[in-house]
Amino acid sequence: MAAAWEWITDLGNSKMFALVLFMSTFIGIVIYLFAKPTRAKKFETYRYIPLEEDDSHLEPTARRDKTESEKQ
Amino acid sequence: MSQAATTAGSVPATSVASTEQYNYAIVKRFAIAAVLWGVFGMAAGVWIASQLAFPFLNFDIAQITFGRFRPVHTTAVIFGFGGNALFATSYYVVQRTCQTRLYGDSLASFTFYGWNLALILGVITYTMGITQGREYAEFNWQIDIIILVVWVAYFWIYLQTLLRRNQPHIYVANWFFMSFILATALLHIFNNLEVPVGIFHTDSYPLFSGVQDAMRQWWYGHNAVGFFLTAAFLGMMYYFVPKQAGRPIYSYKLSIIHFWALVFLYMWVGAHHLHWTALPDWVSTLAATFSILLLLPSWGGMINGIMTLSGAWDKLRTDPIMLFLITALSFYGMSTFEGPMMSLKSVNALSHYTDWTVGHVHSGALGWVAMITFGSLYHLIPRLWGVNLYSLKLVYVHFFLATIGIVLYITAMWVAGIGQGLMLRAFDQYGNLAYTFTESVVFLHRPYVVRAIGGGFFLAGMLIMAWNIAMTVRMGIKSEAREREEARAAEARTA
Repeated sequence: MAAAWEWITDLGNSKMFALVLFMSTFIGIVIYLFAKPTRAKKFETYRYIPLEEDDSHLEPTARRDKTESEKQ
Repeated sequence: MSQAATTAGSVPATSVASTEQYNYAIVKRFAIAAVLWGVFGMAAGVWIASQLAFPFLNFDIAQITFGRFRPVHTTAVIFGFGGNALFATSYYVVQRTCQTRLYGDSLASFTFYGWNLALILGVITYTMGITQGREYAEFNWQIDIIILVVWVAYFWIYLQTLLRRNQPHIYVANWFFMSFILATALLHIFNNLEVPVGIFHTDSYPLFSGVQDAMRQWWYGHNAVGFFLTAAFLGMMYYFVPKQAGRPIYSYKLSIIHFWALVFLYMWVGAHHLHWTALPDWVSTLAATFSILLLLPSWGGMINGIMTLSGAWDKLRTDPIMLFLITALSFYGMSTFEGPMMSLKSVNALSHYTDWTVGHVHSGALGWVAMITFGSLYHLIPRLWGVNLYSLKLVYVHFFLATIGIVLYITAMWVAGIGQGLMLRAFDQYGNLAYTFTESVVFLHRPYVVRAIGGGFFLAGMLIMAWNIAMTVRMGIKSEAREREEARAAEARTA
């Protein structure tokens, strides 16, 4: 444990460790997003959340535009 | 031009059911406080800009000299105007997108009073000359503790509201707001690790010293820009741009990549404020590299926001609120290009310690932060009070005053900063400095006058907004009173 602590507190090691950790996490997120087409599709449905609020029917233009864009 | 025809976005969306379901009272308080702090903070900004152009305006009164009033301006606009607007919009967005009421009505009220009390105490103590001397964190240690308590309450409210959501997915705007809350807590705590002189004494000693303290200050300073002034306002953008446009955000996947890339990269860039100092060279290089990388998520977010209007660009001709939102995104793109460029060591050698930096900050603060806030508040306030906006024409007037003001401000600061930088590093044929420091100060006078005029334009727009909002709220209060009267009359008839 002490050796591991000594290794990580050495800036020469922790710099590289942080870089590899964060870079691989970020690449992992991107792969997670795009790897499965159904998952990617599901994520795109979430963009309608602000327009699907319970009183959005009171906003006539918002609804009209959404319908128009869906037609396109 | 009829109001309903010009902006559908200004049609009120509240209903009796929704006002009962959601806590709008707290959103209203924060929204009004944001407008009031905006007027005060921007007026303070114009005042200190005028002092730099015409130093006699200091009037030899210690309390209003530039040195004491500058943190009054920055605190009032960043934490007063920006902070209150973020509380208002985040409390609104989390309720709407989670379709649940905000957690803890009294705790939410506590955040309102606690936050604004801390700011008022800050303004009073700065004019008395009490300051920690840390940029954007000048509050003395007692006020820091008040802010910490308020912030923990804010985090708890947000977390509990998210946990009680009726919508299975947490919409991306909430991710940005949550990262802002968490990162600001982290930054506030570490940047204010101090040893107080005494329990009833306002002074304290920083825990670190020298280059470590400078590094800590700019780790805080730039991440305050990154998480308070960028991530949080992106949360605002991801909700209000689609709502005002009446169209979903261009790409949800892009918003996720935008979020994670921004979060991973921002924490590393603060050291670019300390190029060519005692800071180790590798830290400087690391900060510059990450600053360049930041261009990608920043522009990804900007494109995502602007492309939301794809296929409906005509809205820019008819909707002044949309003009505010899209112009804000354009300034976001511009300042996030300028920032990485200025973080390059060679460019920084010219720009650092000059007014170019001040101009860059204001292209982000006025162009991005203030414009996106104006657009969001113009969208939000009529809905909170259930009425149309008092005047759309005044929104147009505000937009053009603000835009002219920003352009005057930043071009004046480019001229001032680049000119100043070139003068300070010019040598004659014998290797002596070509200009004295005084000559560079004399050169700055004209750009400073133009900057003060630009600030004046921006402040005039803010005053018009305050009037427009006040009249809208007045209409809302009258309409609520009328509805109550009618309901009472109907009740009396049935009885």
